[in-house]
Amino acid sequence: MNARRISLTALRGLLIKETYHILRDRRTLVVITILPILQVILFGYAIRTDVRRVRLAIVDPTPDHTTLALRARFAATDAFHVVAVVAEAADLDPMFKRGMAQEAVVFDPSFAQSLGRGLPARVLVITDATEPNAGSIAQSYALSVIDGYERELRAASSAIRSREIVVPGALIVPEVRMQFNPTRESSNLFVPGLMAFVLTIISSLMTAISLTREKETGTMEALLVSPLRPWQIIVGKVAPYLVVGFLSVLGVIVEARVIFHVPVHGSVTLLLGEGLLFILVSLSLGILISAQTTSQRVAMFAALVGTMLPTLLLSGFIFPLESMPWALQAISYIVPARWFVTVARGIMLKGIGLAYLWRETMVLAAMALVLLALSTRSFHERLE
Amino acid sequence: MRRILFLARAEVLHVVRDRATLAQVLVLPAAQLLILSNAATFEIRDTPAYVVDFDGSSTSRELVHRFSSSGHFRILGQSASPEAANEQMLHGRVTMVLTVPADFERSLVREGTAPVQIAVNAEKGAAAGIVQSYAGRILSAYSTELGVALRPTANSARATPGDTAPVTGAIRFEVEARNWYNPTLNYQHYMVPGLLVALVTLIGTLLSAQNIAREKELGTLEQLNVTPLTRGQFIAAKLMPFWVLAVVDLGVGLTLGRLFFGVPIRGSLLLLFGSAALYLVVALAIGLWISTLVETQQQAMFVTFFIMNIYLLMSGLFTPVDSMPPWVQTFSLLNPVRHFVTISRALLIKGAGLAEIAEPLLFLGAYAAIMLTLAVRQYSKRAA
Repeated sequence: MNARRISLTALRGLLIKETYHILRDRRTLVVITILPILQVILFGYAIRTDVRRVRLAIVDPTPDHTTLALRARFAATDAFHVVAVVAEAADLDPMFKRGMAQEAVVFDPSFAQSLGRGLPARVLVITDATEPNAGSIAQSYALSVIDGYERELRAASSAIRSREIVVPGALIVPEVRMQFNPTRESSNLFVPGLMAFVLTIISSLMTAISLTREKETGTMEALLVSPLRPWQIIVGKVAPYLVVGFLSVLGVIVEARVIFHVPVHGSVTLLLGEGLLFILVSLSLGILISAQTTSQRVAMFAALVGTMLPTLLLSGFIFPLESMPWALQAISYIVPARWFVTVARGIMLKGIGLAYLWRETMVLAAMALVLLALSTRSFHERLE
Repeated sequence: MRRILFLARAEVLHVVRDRATLAQVLVLPAAQLLILSNAATFEIRDTPAYVVDFDGSSTSRELVHRFSSSGHFRILGQSASPEAANEQMLHGRVTMVLTVPADFERSLVREGTAPVQIAVNAEKGAAAGIVQSYAGRILSAYSTELGVALRPTANSARATPGDTAPVTGAIRFEVEARNWYNPTLNYQHYMVPGLLVALVTLIGTLLSAQNIAREKELGTLEQLNVTPLTRGQFIAAKLMPFWVLAVVDLGVGLTLGRLFFGVPIRGSLLLLFGSAALYLVVALAIGLWISTLVETQQQAMFVTFFIMNIYLLMSGLFTPVDSMPPWVQTFSLLNPVRHFVTISRALLIKGAGLAEIAEPLLFLGAYAAIMLTLAVRQYSKRAA
């Protein structure tokens, strides 16, 4: 009974010592607090894929009221920014290579003439497809502007010649709904992934470094001869980071809410609970790494390659997993962040609860259990 | 000059002798290129879709067939129940739901227009926009085809037999769309030239930042300070080996990209390596500058990682600079990585010449001059 009380007091002592360590190391403290804030801003502003104000060049060899009208259409929409009107298609290549223009609409010299004669009027849409996605989107913008103008002309001409039989043609009108993120705001998507990223840095990297530092400086020995049990050492070393991680998640959610108006449609309690579960997984990974390494440099490298890069690349946070080769998709199943990102997005954007997310939660819980058991054991062996 | 060569030779020996560094230099580029060009892709293939067909007509069936045979969509299920579709969407199993309303075919024939609903899971971010444009394209192609199919029957009332002349007054545009520079819309062709930049940047900056910090840790910097080497000579000798290494890495990376991904090399290789040489001066000077600021290798790694993180994210490597808000775009002109990414893509993919990349090259030149002065001055302060 007495020994138990002693070891609990010792645990409290260790906790206090760790807290001091974190608070005293200014440089690391700055990184821990600034990094999440900066990342949210960076991702919120920089990581966007929406295509707006496409730089458009127009090649119009024989200007006429119809081509001018269509040109006006392009100038009027927000999607385009007309940078040049030239007479020769040969002028386009250097403009594209310089990046001055991203798209070009080339009127056939006989455009207006053909239109007057009832022949098909030819237009060519050239898109810089260097970046295939932006290219596709820009192309579909241009096609829809031209299409809209064509229909309008047709409607106008049929109104004039109302006596003639008008061919209605066929038009399937898509009504598009962007579910779960109607404005397709990038920050809504990145914040859940960012939480995983920040938590990985704080939990895995910092714990791995802090534990290996005790080894490097030899103070681990001192901890060993204390009445603390192995699990207590782990708890003592890890608990402060759990708190820091938890606080930074709260910080990220609040910042995202205030600056980028990112919603949380589901239960905040559930989100924080899942966050805790993910922190637990990351911390265990950090302990596991530190148990296998002896120097801070190696620990850092292992944490970088083993936890941070997979979180960044293989969690579906930035790049869609569906498009990756099967080997990378297979690896992504053992990346904890993949599951957490799904859960966080589900709760924040779709507003769904455990009824839909129980599978992901179970996987995270299982990972936490296995990793905790493994890390405690490897730590234990190391001590003896 | 001889002194520089001596120190440079010492550096080369260090690199060759240290297994970890050698691995970093040789294995990292290959691994990075092979993994990243597969993982870092926004390419959209085989979008899982669900169909709710209330019409069940031959037209709606043909429409669904258009989707499934387009190569862009994989129809996972079909029913007349919107609830089932919603369930699939909430579970995240499908990315798009196509809903065909009940009197689709009838209204298409009678009124010439009919709506369909497309719900896209915007949780997928960049993919959502692409999915929408693919769907739009399939719909408009099918519309056009239906229009042509309906036209002859409608016209037959008017046209006399044997009349092959086009119907006067029928307004018709013939739009042709071309994708320049990347006609097959290959995402890897777009990513690899950018990743090559990330590769030489990381190698150059990380190695040079770590190098001087290591000399500081070991205390050998003092020894170098008392040699008759001038500061300029010291920096030159430190930079040269890494500069050569990074250029070699670029060559290795380019060869791999060519062999494995068939990346195009349309511009002049001489120009590419020339720009790389200039750019590397910037990257190395940044690394050098970092190493004069920090005390230990670990700090050097941390700071480099932090700065590179920002540089790479804002460079347009992963997401287009054009999608960023205007003020961020202006700000990113200060980012050397952005300029070299632009150059690399323009040279390799578009086949640009010197005239077309003059602007980013000038930025790089100015940057090199400024960073080099900064690094030398910062170093000389420490030596004094």
